Amino acid sequence: MTPNSAPSSRRDFIRNVSGGLLVGFALTDSALLPQAAAAVPATELDSWLHIGADGVISVFTGKVEIGMGVQTALIQVLAEELDVPFERVNLVMGDTSMTPDQGGVGGSTTIASGTKPLRNAAATARHKLLQMASAQWNVPIEQLRVSNGTVTDGTRNVTYASLVNGHDFNETLTVQGAGSDLTVTGSGKPKDPSTYSIVGKAIPRIDLPPKILGTATYVTDVRVDGMLHGRVIRPAAIGATVVNVDDSACSKIPGFVKTVVQGAFVGVVAENEWAAIRAARNIKVTWSQASVELPDDLYSYMRSAPVKATAKGQPVGDVDAALANSPKKLQAAYQWPFQSHATMGPGCAIADVRKEGVSTVWCGTQKPHPLQRGIAEFLQVPLDRVRVIWVQDAGSYGRAGHEDTAADAVLLSREIGKPVRVQWMRQDMTTWGPKGPATVFDMTAGLGSDGLIHALDFGTRTFSGGELYFQANSAGNLLAGQLTGIPNTNGVDEFVQWGAVTPPYRIPNLRSVSHIIPPFLAAGSPLRTTHLRDPNGPSATFAAESFVDEAAHAAGVDPLEYRLRSLDDARAKAVLTAAGEHAKWERRVGTSPKFASGRGVALALRNGTYVATVAEVDVDRATGKVRVKRLVCAHDCGLIVNPSALRSTISANLVQATGRALKEEVRFDKTRVTSADWTSYPVVRASDVPAVEIVLINRPDVASSGAGEPSSRGVAAAINNAVFDAIGVRIRTAPLTPERVKAALA
Amino acid sequence: MPKLSLKVNGKTHTVDADPECPLLYVLRNDLEQHNPRFGCGLGQCGACTVLVNNQPVRSCVYPVAAAHGKDIVTLEGIGTGEHPHPIQTALIEEQAFQCGYCLNGWVLTAKALLDKNPHPTDAQMEAAFESLVCRCGSHVGIFNAVRKVAAASPAAKRSA
Repeated sequence: MTPNSAPSSRRDFIRNVSGGLLVGFALTDSALLPQAAAAVPATELDSWLHIGADGVISVFTGKVEIGMGVQTALIQVLAEELDVPFERVNLVMGDTSMTPDQGGVGGSTTIASGTKPLRNAAATARHKLLQMASAQWNVPIEQLRVSNGTVTDGTRNVTYASLVNGHDFNETLTVQGAGSDLTVTGSGKPKDPSTYSIVGKAIPRIDLPPKILGTATYVTDVRVDGMLHGRVIRPAAIGATVVNVDDSACSKIPGFVKTVVQGAFVGVVAENEWAAIRAARNIKVTWSQASVELPDDLYSYMRSAPVKATAKGQPVGDVDAALANSPKKLQAAYQWPFQSHATMGPGCAIADVRKEGVSTVWCGTQKPHPLQRGIAEFLQVPLDRVRVIWVQDAGSYGRAGHEDTAADAVLLSREIGKPVRVQWMRQDMTTWGPKGPATVFDMTAGLGSDGLIHALDFGTRTFSGGELYFQANSAGNLLAGQLTGIPNTNGVDEFVQWGAVTPPYRIPNLRSVSHIIPPFLAAGSPLRTTHLRDPNGPSATFAAESFVDEAAHAAGVDPLEYRLRSLDDARAKAVLTAAGEHAKWERRVGTSPKFASGRGVALALRNGTYVATVAEVDVDRATGKVRVKRLVCAHDCGLIVNPSALRSTISANLVQATGRALKEEVRFDKTRVTSADWTSYPVVRASDVPAVEIVLINRPDVASSGAGEPSSRGVAAAINNAVFDAIGVRIRTAPLTPERVKAALA
Repeated sequence: MPKLSLKVNGKTHTVDADPECPLLYVLRNDLEQHNPRFGCGLGQCGACTVLVNNQPVRSCVYPVAAAHGKDIVTLEGIGTGEHPHPIQTALIEEQAFQCGYCLNGWVLTAKALLDKNPHPTDAQMEAAFESLVCRCGSHVGIFNAVRKVAAASPAAKRSA
């Protein structure tokens, strides 16, 4: 196919390149793309699925692969419903002109809810194909069987490809919900899970061999004809505005094109990447002073800051009376820092903004369709004049900043009139990427005569976690929008919406109150908060599960036994028991002259997924360094689609979360974030990696819940409880750095 | 700008480049070698690793002029789909990565380690890999793959 034959519609495009050709390369070459960026209607079966003459079934999903293997898992689900071999399904992901809007990925929902429309569309396609065979042979559908994409009535055979014979289905589906909750239903009914033969198998991830052999394309590799290279220069202090820009040194750099200044947005554009980097280094921007002063003592500030919004969980019993009557009371304050997504690739996007026709953005965003809305609003053009094409990028773990990079590229491309590739430098990501919010917890518990928690007053103060709405669907929640003065109108007090998180135990008297405090700066802040993997899970669980451990200690009961006694939920008990048995749980594993060793446990529930984590640590008494020797994780997310991909994802969650527990903290001084690179924002390294043992509990009779995040949730608490077991001192602030542990030992 | 001669995966290229330009950008933008990846530009993470005369170097801080006339090997240069390097085979078997953005550095560092020391201890592996970042936390699978290659190498079979 040559650029001369560029198709005019999605349907023509799919027909022309149907089957195995409909993969990556075509989608990153704008000459081969349909010229209209019309939305793909979820109401049509043909929007979801196309059967090529070669028998390859192309399926179109608004979901994307961010490194956890969902591409493979979704294909398993589709092949299962279609009764075709795994290899025959080609999944096209995350292109606003090619795939229906499923809201993108996030919240560990891709398998839990993203499979619903795909499963139903596939089941409906299968049903339609059977109807075609039934009509062709005049045989009732009930007498037909399908195997490997071939329909048979016992004597005659016909393939799916022959049945459709290049035609569309022209079948209408009923749509319910929108975004990540969108589902469709049609005439086909999905299979009974007990009959599955592809779902549940450890099929190797299809994205890994190209990555490991070095043939994969990431967004950083996308090159567009006539493309220039951009770099951004961020304010030197929070809220600072541009006083003066002197780019005279840049004009001496061969290949330098232009400086773009709009409000507090400063960018440079050059013909080649090295020239863009040199220009960004050589430009002299004079910034005004910071507009606000950041606090020296974050947690004291948070406890005294004004409250912006408050949520109260459904109260249970009478906490005040129960506390007054408790024979033993505990009180504790916990703290969790700002953390950064600190993506491995700092953020890269390519934008080709056209004055007329369709502007295209290539980006590794988790949510291409929402970003399309944000970019259209930013450009002040109708939605069908923007196309966002997802191309895989470094793992993002939430809203890491890929969308902000896209807006930077769009702004520069609009000003220059040519395609621009923006690559953030490391400090652009770590310093200026969105952040997971710092949170403080103040808790009081009353123990009953049985030692269990009879009353719990659970107080939280945090930044909203949604100042940047998790969908980058408005111009004002993109950093380039904020720096150029576009108001952020759709930030939310998200943690309030979710209500406060409390322990999953039987607590007869419970009060949970969550206060949101305002951001330091309403817009354009390097500490603007948004979703970071399992947004409020690790922080709240660090506090709650450490506090439960304090209660167990006060009651003189083994912490695992204490949790089991406090639980009614059978699945929660099952994961705890499984983790304990696998870890050969015992309260203490002994000490050495140099090391104090300990073992801790934590329970975490997240949207139907149950996780129990046991940590074993050594604490170096001299240095305070915590070495996590072993993590045992029992995991129940209902039906398992792919146990191998699931294990890898859990293992990575556990290791990443170990770094969050021990090392990760965004630091800042009075005017700016000082965590800028891998030295000033350290993450897990080889010497921090524990042995990891995973126990999977498969429940084919329970619909899959999420697995992308839940195993991150309890790690910091399990490690913290193990440190307490080792040294007998309770640490209540994360991360558990050597300095902090050493101070606790003193 | 001076002409520099770069031998990449056995093929010699002549490039015009600012001698101070890091090798990474010349490989990626002039020679279409995508596997050395930009991670930090500071030599702190290893995503940009290439082998120069068999030694892993951080191409993001390695001036292109220093590579003139030397043998440069990238991830693509150590194996193919038909003939993958044993470490690539083991990594695929172990399903070792999540996003894979960092893997270039791990694979080439593992190759350099195993070339020098076919049977590294865990402590030696840790030392070799300490300067690499995998933000996803895929370390366990990577280590298992390296152990697997080490266990399958001839010396291990002899001593077993």
